[in-house]
Amino acid sequence: MSLKEKAAITGIGETAYTRNSGKSVAALQLEASLKAIADAGLTPKDIDGIIPYSNSPVVAEDFITNFELPDLRFSATTPMGGASCVAAVQCAALAISAGLCRHVLLPIGRNGASQGRIGQRVAEMPQFRLIGEHEMPVGAIGPAQLYAPMARRHMELYGTTSRQLAEIAVSTRANAILNGNAMMTKPITVEDHQASRMISDPLRLLDCSLESDGGAAIVVSAADAARDLRRQPIYVMGVAEGHPGSPSAITQRPDMTRLGIAKAAPKAFAMAGVTPADIDVAEIYDCFTYIVLCQLEDIGFCRKGEGGPFVASGAIRLGGKLPINTHGGLLSQSHMVGMNHVVELVRQLRGEAGRAQVADAEMGLVTGYGDMGDGSIAIMRRG
Amino acid sequence: MAEATYSKPVPSPTQESKPFWDGLLAGKLVLQSCGSCGRIRHYPRPICPACSSFEVRWVEASGRGKVHSWTVTHHPFHPGFKGEVPFTLVTVDLTEGVRMQAPLRGADGRALAIGMPVRLVVERPTPDLALPAFVLDRAEDRP
Repeated sequence: MSLKEKAAITGIGETAYTRNSGKSVAALQLEASLKAIADAGLTPKDIDGIIPYSNSPVVAEDFITNFELPDLRFSATTPMGGASCVAAVQCAALAISAGLCRHVLLPIGRNGASQGRIGQRVAEMPQFRLIGEHEMPVGAIGPAQLYAPMARRHMELYGTTSRQLAEIAVSTRANAILNGNAMMTKPITVEDHQASRMISDPLRLLDCSLESDGGAAIVVSAADAARDLRRQPIYVMGVAEGHPGSPSAITQRPDMTRLGIAKAAPKAFAMAGVTPADIDVAEIYDCFTYIVLCQLEDIGFCRKGEGGPFVASGAIRLGGKLPINTHGGLLSQSHMVGMNHVVELVRQLRGEAGRAQVADAEMGLVTGYGDMGDGSIAIMRRG
Repeated sequence: MAEATYSKPVPSPTQESKPFWDGLLAGKLVLQSCGSCGRIRHYPRPICPACSSFEVRWVEASGRGKVHSWTVTHHPFHPGFKGEVPFTLVTVDLTEGVRMQAPLRGADGRALAIGMPVRLVVERPTPDLALPAFVLDRAEDRP
């Protein structure tokens, strides 16, 4: 049995993305959820499945209570850090295809800027216990430090340059400026990137994603139910997750330049019955510029080692061969753990992406990346 | 006391990893070797990933290895490292086939290339704490 076309995204919602929401995390998630549910033409009481974000204090019980859900038939979490949201699309499609539920809510929300810094959060997570024991005492603490050796090795093996990474930051910023709900609205150049302060070489400040307050949510519905709803359904064609060797410490990973998505992408393409050449637009998880470059290779948009020239060619810009992160991504719109990437893909495939619309976008993909290397991918098409 | 002023994160040894940390305190690098098939593994953990045996022999490692990758950190991420930036963290392929990450002493990132030989030194920031570090393993520097 395949999950192809068993489910569709029927509703999307986002709050404003800010540095200080002044709202509780629960309120942010409920606000985004209400928008997504209304977008689908549903009411909260229609929700019969929920997949809350695993690193969030807001749990299924909070949604049952706040929405007085009469009969929640399915709840789960997909604890894969930044790969969680797209992995949750797979989980929702699985539950729907098994007949457990019809309308699954996928909420996320956080006060990532105004409360709790990323370095503190990492230290508290059980999946990073080995990093806590062996790497933090020698000074490897922040994600930028943990990821930098992957980028450095890629540079040494393939000649990838910081200016090539800059192209990802620059084109993503240009897209954010078109978005209307992006935290970063000032254009940047490659020279600005090169002048930004070094965080952990080779990663500069402008290689790093934002810390954000806000919420985002989607509704995933059974394909047969989606056809009768308010909006054009966006069908899930192929979906998969992949876990790298040594998921708990990058240091011990057999191939530091390959991520979990290298295992997931072929499965998702096979399920969808398409190839990378069929993709019109891609929303690629961008916690750091290098992670985008590595995923482009691992997905098969270019060969391993050729990500630098690929991005520098302008391929990833609006109007290029493969426009990516048309909303501004985690780098320039908001760090909403990639749920904002799912929302943007749906907008693109509905033809509602405004000034960032990719002409005639029919087929697209969205990825997640998290927990030091886990990957997730969903290929979607407009109905 | 030195411990009272030591402000960096410290390791919390587990049942599986205690011999590793005790080894460093004794000035030695010891690694887990599978008591059944001999496979060496790191970081310390309960079973052999090759044959699933719980049998462990701790073996003294050479401390020698080659540079796999590195980063030069400019942002401390923790108050305890504020006075040390920039510092270089080097990821090393040990001769025994596993990797370690530790600070590079006596040279910075500009000196490094993949495959460059390094060797382990044990640092004692406090009487109760031993941590690994690496130095370049150049012939002229050898004792």
